[in-house]
Amino acid sequence: MIGGIDIVTLIAALMAASTPVLLAATGELVAEKAGVLNLGVEGMMILGAVAGFATAVTTGSPVLGFIGGAIAGALLASLFALLTQILLSNQTATGLALTLFGLGLSALFGKGFEGIRPPPTTKIDLGPLSDMPVLGPILFHHDWVVYLSLILVAVTWAFLKYSRMGLIIRAVGENHDAAHALGYRVIAVRFAALAFGGALAGMGGAYLSLVRVPQWTEGMTAGAGWIALAIVVFASWKPERVLIGAYLFGGITALQLQLQAAGYAIPVHLLSMAPYVITVLVLVILSATHRHGAPAAPAALGRSFHASN
Amino acid sequence: MTGALLKIEGLTKAYPGVVANDGVGFQVAPGEVHALLGENGAGKSTLVKMIYGLVKPDAGTMQFQGAPYTPPEPRAARAAGVAMVFQHFSLFEALRVAENVALGMENPPPMRALSTRIHEISTAYGLPLDPARTVGDLSAGERQRVEIIRCLLQDPKLLIMDEPTSVLTPQEVEILFGTLRKLAAEGTAILYISHKLEEIRSLCDSATILRGGKVVASCTPRENSARELAELMVGGEFAATDRAGRKLGAKIFEVAHLNLAPMSQFGPALKDVSFTLAAGEVLGIGGVAGNGQEELLSTLSGESPSAPGTVSLHGQDIADLGPNDRRRLGLLAAPEERLGHAAVPNLSLTENAILTGTVRRPLTRNGFLNMGAAKRFAEEIISGFDVRTPGPHVAARALSGGNLQKFVIGREVLQAPEVLVVNQPTWGVDAAAAASIRQSLLDLASKGAAVIVISQDLDELMEISDRFCALNEGRLSAPRPTEGLSMEEIGLMLGGAHGMQEAAR
Repeated sequence: MIGGIDIVTLIAALMAASTPVLLAATGELVAEKAGVLNLGVEGMMILGAVAGFATAVTTGSPVLGFIGGAIAGALLASLFALLTQILLSNQTATGLALTLFGLGLSALFGKGFEGIRPPPTTKIDLGPLSDMPVLGPILFHHDWVVYLSLILVAVTWAFLKYSRMGLIIRAVGENHDAAHALGYRVIAVRFAALAFGGALAGMGGAYLSLVRVPQWTEGMTAGAGWIALAIVVFASWKPERVLIGAYLFGGITALQLQLQAAGYAIPVHLLSMAPYVITVLVLVILSATHRHGAPAAPAALGRSFHASN
Repeated sequence: MTGALLKIEGLTKAYPGVVANDGVGFQVAPGEVHALLGENGAGKSTLVKMIYGLVKPDAGTMQFQGAPYTPPEPRAARAAGVAMVFQHFSLFEALRVAENVALGMENPPPMRALSTRIHEISTAYGLPLDPARTVGDLSAGERQRVEIIRCLLQDPKLLIMDEPTSVLTPQEVEILFGTLRKLAAEGTAILYISHKLEEIRSLCDSATILRGGKVVASCTPRENSARELAELMVGGEFAATDRAGRKLGAKIFEVAHLNLAPMSQFGPALKDVSFTLAAGEVLGIGGVAGNGQEELLSTLSGESPSAPGTVSLHGQDIADLGPNDRRRLGLLAAPEERLGHAAVPNLSLTENAILTGTVRRPLTRNGFLNMGAAKRFAEEIISGFDVRTPGPHVAARALSGGNLQKFVIGREVLQAPEVLVVNQPTWGVDAAAAASIRQSLLDLASKGAAVIVISQDLDELMEISDRFCALNEGRLSAPRPTEGLSMEEIGLMLGGAHGMQEAAR
């Protein structure tokens, strides 16, 4: 205990608080690596939150709930893909519209689910590991989604760096005309990357409504999708830095909740604002110091592709 | 000929409003270097895209190794043994050499094995290349090696090369030709597209000449002169440029110790660039693109500010003036990138004429556009420079590259500049149009204007410039009179042999 804050609880809470943003940012990273800027993360998250919640409540299974959230996110992302990749609409405007659409649609679907408690998501019992002092409660006392999110980051990193499909995704995001000339199917690759990004955003949303809160309330993502977007940019499109960014955001979120609970005389609004401000600040500083050397954004990011060009 | 590797008959492809290929037929034997010749828009690119499976023909048949060949996509073409090196490099700058190569292969081996193979092949064919380097850091010649090695790793039976030498120094061209001759001797057929007739005469065994989408002649290029080939391409007499009758006047333009930080991530910096220019003089600046050409143009045109005293016109320091102020003083520029830099793609030719023309021509009145005057100015450009377009109302995007280039050059020339800077004035422009652009630059100089021509085309620079210097990694060599300059010396200047600079001083 330091100043009324329990460090072990704090770090344990950090991992859970980070998970929604981590999932969404990892998904968006893949989409942006393929050269598509989907600003609709917030919309996909909130739709995933309500769809996951509804599925879990109706079926009684949180696992099905997360799958439902992922499917809902992927469907909304597919709508975005259809509009931007096939109908060639503007990515920025479509992404913003997607967020507004997701917020509205989730409020409509969620009306009947307010004030209900979802079935609990099981924590994984790791036996002796969970019983370890300090490390046990910090690392080995979480639900399966936390571990899944970490595995997904590692898999995404290895996939992008070492696999053939990952190389093709990076190539498409780097120079879609060249990728097309070499015979790769730019639109199919981008469609798949977007759907993957949507699924992860949906899962992240479902984690909010099924585990973090756990309840359905309108607009409950509260900007987490935007933070996920910012994290991808400031992480210079690198999965390992996305992990740092997401955990930083989660850490400050957990800390400010504990500070509130410990009764510090800091205005609540300042505290709730802190995670957003500090995350962005730290990431700006990080990316500024890393500017030299490594190329940052995928060169074709946000540009529409049409085969005749 | 029996045992043709590739046999094409009656190939036709029409786009809305234009027949790109009309009943094209020819054949290529194994080990043959076959040239495809033609002006811009003659249908060469469409033809090779059909062979490579990027475009589907409307009619006609292709046979490859005696079997019917209809590649639905490049993958199938590659599987059959057809490889292609593109005119605009199809490379990924942020990726490494080995990754770029892997992307062009059907079943690439693991990265480590691939790196070893790249190393082997590149040494075997005299094209040294480090598989671990990022493509963005490579020179144009090295980038082309990446493309060629990507093709060679698949043991192609037919290698298509679309304008491969346009970005190479003479030495690099020699290396490339050595590689191609070696490949041909090993039985690989090569389909070679180029505008450079002398190259075709020295390299190719046979040639098919296209005009307006049709085959107009087949010949053996060694037995014809470059002039005859050019006339076959154009379908008429070919006017040589006339550079006689020019007198150099007083010094009017000076660049002194100009430095500029890189404008893009992989771009070069300008380092201590100095030269002077007299009225009536044409200064040719050679060098492979990406060595500071764009940077130099943007500091001369006024887009990028430079330190005080570095650029002066008539003795007046203009280093801190923007493009419009410089236009007012008589310094005009035509950048390389036609769509998006020299012209706005979605605006009409009239509107594009206003964009740079209004400073020296009365095209606006009290802040309002004078569309009548602007339209007349655009029409003047169109008729004076033989721009082929339905009229000045057409969007710049709709013009072919060569026609838009003529428009862009004409727009600046007709404003009667005192100093004109052009970057790659005939890049991607066919022989006849290129000749007329060069002539217009010479005519401008003979009226007393100073002209700076930045170009990769050495023949062009030798043809029109009075003095020549080379831009290499942002450094400009000391200008030397073009008369009596040998290709050898030019190659050394381009390669950045700094001893040459010292010797010239």
